[in-house]
Amino acid sequence: MSDQVSQAEKLLKTFPAEKSHLIHFLHLVQQELGFIPEGILPRAARHFSVSPSEIFGVVTFYSAFKLAPGCAHEIIVCKGTACHVRGAEAIISEFSRLLGIKPGEENTEKSVSLKSVNCLGCCAIGPVAVVDGEYQAKVDLKWVRSFVAEHLEKDDEQ
Amino acid sequence: MNSKRFKTLKELEAYRSSLHEFYDFEHLVSVSAASCGRASGALKIASEFEKLLKEYKLTGRVILKLTGCHGFCQFEPDIIIFPEKYFYPNLKPEQIPMIVKETLLGGRMVEELAFKDELTGQLCLTVDDLPFYRKQFRRLTHIHLKLDPSSLDDYLHDNGFKAAATVLGGAGPGEVINLISASNLRGRGGAGFPTGLKWRLSREVKADKKYIICNGDEGDPGAYMDRGLLESNPFSVIEGLIIGGYAVGAEKGFVYVRQEYPLAIERIQQAIEKSRAAGFVGKDILGSGFSFDLELVRGAGAFISGEETALVASVEGRRAFPVQRPPFPVVSGLWGKPTVINNVETWANVPLIILNGPVWFSKVGTEKSKGTKIFSLVGQVRYTGLVEVPFGITLDEVINQVGGGLKEGRKFKAVQTGGPSGGCLPASLLNLPVDYESLNQAGSIMGSGGMIVMDESTCLVDLALYFLNFASQESCGKCAPCRLGTRQMVRILKKISNGEGELSDLGRLEKLGWTMQKGSLCGLGRTAANPVLSALRYFRSEFESHIVDKTCPAMVCQKLIAYEIDPERCSGCLACVEACPYGAISQESGNFPVINKELCGGCGICFSVCPAQFSAIKKVSRKGLIMEEKKLEGISR
Repeated sequence: MSDQVSQAEKLLKTFPAEKSHLIHFLHLVQQELGFIPEGILPRAARHFSVSPSEIFGVVTFYSAFKLAPGCAHEIIVCKGTACHVRGAEAIISEFSRLLGIKPGEENTEKSVSLKSVNCLGCCAIGPVAVVDGEYQAKVDLKWVRSFVAEHLEKDDEQ
Repeated sequence: MNSKRFKTLKELEAYRSSLHEFYDFEHLVSVSAASCGRASGALKIASEFEKLLKEYKLTGRVILKLTGCHGFCQFEPDIIIFPEKYFYPNLKPEQIPMIVKETLLGGRMVEELAFKDELTGQLCLTVDDLPFYRKQFRRLTHIHLKLDPSSLDDYLHDNGFKAAATVLGGAGPGEVINLISASNLRGRGGAGFPTGLKWRLSREVKADKKYIICNGDEGDPGAYMDRGLLESNPFSVIEGLIIGGYAVGAEKGFVYVRQEYPLAIERIQQAIEKSRAAGFVGKDILGSGFSFDLELVRGAGAFISGEETALVASVEGRRAFPVQRPPFPVVSGLWGKPTVINNVETWANVPLIILNGPVWFSKVGTEKSKGTKIFSLVGQVRYTGLVEVPFGITLDEVINQVGGGLKEGRKFKAVQTGGPSGGCLPASLLNLPVDYESLNQAGSIMGSGGMIVMDESTCLVDLALYFLNFASQESCGKCAPCRLGTRQMVRILKKISNGEGELSDLGRLEKLGWTMQKGSLCGLGRTAANPVLSALRYFRSEFESHIVDKTCPAMVCQKLIAYEIDPERCSGCLACVEACPYGAISQESGNFPVINKELCGGCGICFSVCPAQFSAIKKVSRKGLIMEEKKLEGISR
């Protein structure tokens, strides 16, 4: 059993055996480990008295859950309607181009992932991006470029 | 700071009156610090103030508060200084010392930092001077200007939990439902179902257990009213839930918040814990014998969770799949028990109705839509933010008076309401009053309150494609009309956007849309075609241009446009040459750069990097270019 599965199992034991706690449990595992190790799913299924297929269904249905470890850095670009009409697509494609990945993919070399999200609810200050949890207001292509340049430089130094 | 557990109404009121002395201050500095404020640097402004208040020994005399959303999100970080209500927009940390010296010590407004109305050029010193605020009617949100959402004391000071205490102290559940019914409060989540009736239906069902849910799965892109409320005044939502729980006879409630709103989750979680510690949530609330517990449930990134039967599934720990209604959740919801589900804004209205009475509540609004509604006024409008207006106000008043019209030099094209379930309304309908029925008749919906203003630079084909892409990605896949219909619509719209459409496609879109409206299982599918159908109703010619002329009048659809450099305007800075991802722009020695149309991918990056003072890159219709190339070919032959 991997470390991560045993860590997740420790969390599992703190949860009441009711199915309504399943999603909360998955959130917590992901918060602690950065992803949900697949090995925990059969155990969680037993704990919450659901079939393994049902729990797998829940994990893959909701876009918030990840079954593989993520990258060190995460770039999220909002493509809500307000951001869309203010040019969010261009922001996404510029990130795509500079990082060589499509939204939803990872650049493992630079350990950075690019994601688009439907709406962050910061519509008045769009287009909005979130970099490693920090919200960035009114971003433009210039910002994208300088951000990526800085990020790459830092990586080169390391 | 309150650490008391209130056991009786009397204890609560005694504590409330003891609070007044703590609210005696020379100045209150209120920093707008909801998610959008923080994204704009509000926390840096706050810490600068904190430092300077200590330095000038003003701590104690001046109160610094991190509030929720002031609503004028575009000009964040902003602060309001009470009691004068001086408004400072778009602050930078280096401006704070001047404000401390001039305003906090000297009592004067720093006029050069004041808000200048772009329309009239007038200086607006106080919040009340700002046209953006003056034209609103802020019943729910006025308190957001000075309430610390993490402080129970703040909420209590503002008559917090008075409505719940009154209800628990004497009114019967039936009486509460009568009050809500008399106010004509309707669901703020979009459908506009009468709240009092919903509660009554649930009350009348015999069951051993009942539940209530606060639906904070605000998924409509372009709408953030619920985030604003949860981040700015979470206790009011909790108080609404307590009253609702008492009225329908539920002992357990859930607050469901989408996971994309981390600050809202933090705030509501904190507020639930504080309410529990103070005895507003839990066993035997205020000695009334009524027990009510609340639990926060985090969404997990599925738009469909906002649909009420899907929401029920999600709270139960399952995939958010909707089911056929009836039975409606009011009869059979969570674990088969009667469940009342209302939107965040609906719950926030409840304490106000109890405190002020249904007559007060229904004083504003139209015949069928009473009270106020919060909208997120965003897009290409001059002033963007969260605005609260009475029902019955016209779209024109919201956009042109509150929002200050469109940005300089831009022309109004459409306003989108109701998110992916709504529609686009043209300029000819700007006099439409904003209420549930009028918007429905016009082919859009009220929705949860997104209002996205678009100018001539928005292409309605592209926008329809955007919404259908959204709907097809978020369709849960359970029923065929929605699962297949949204995908087919995306395919057809892509074809049109690429200039490969046929006129018969428009009829196909309408037929598909009709089938989806009639045949889909839940609200998502039934309304998913609205953005396309309304666009076809009001902007058909734009679709025809794409199909017949192969041009995109708004110059948005990538396959139909190309870029050119105007040598008259080009300064030769070469920003575009560097930026072009396709290497399509080159510069022969001594000449201005030229775009090689064969290499150009149409991404438009050159267009956006060209410095504004030159604006040398033009969008042109690719059709013209293709024709020209063909002509040239003909000549050379």
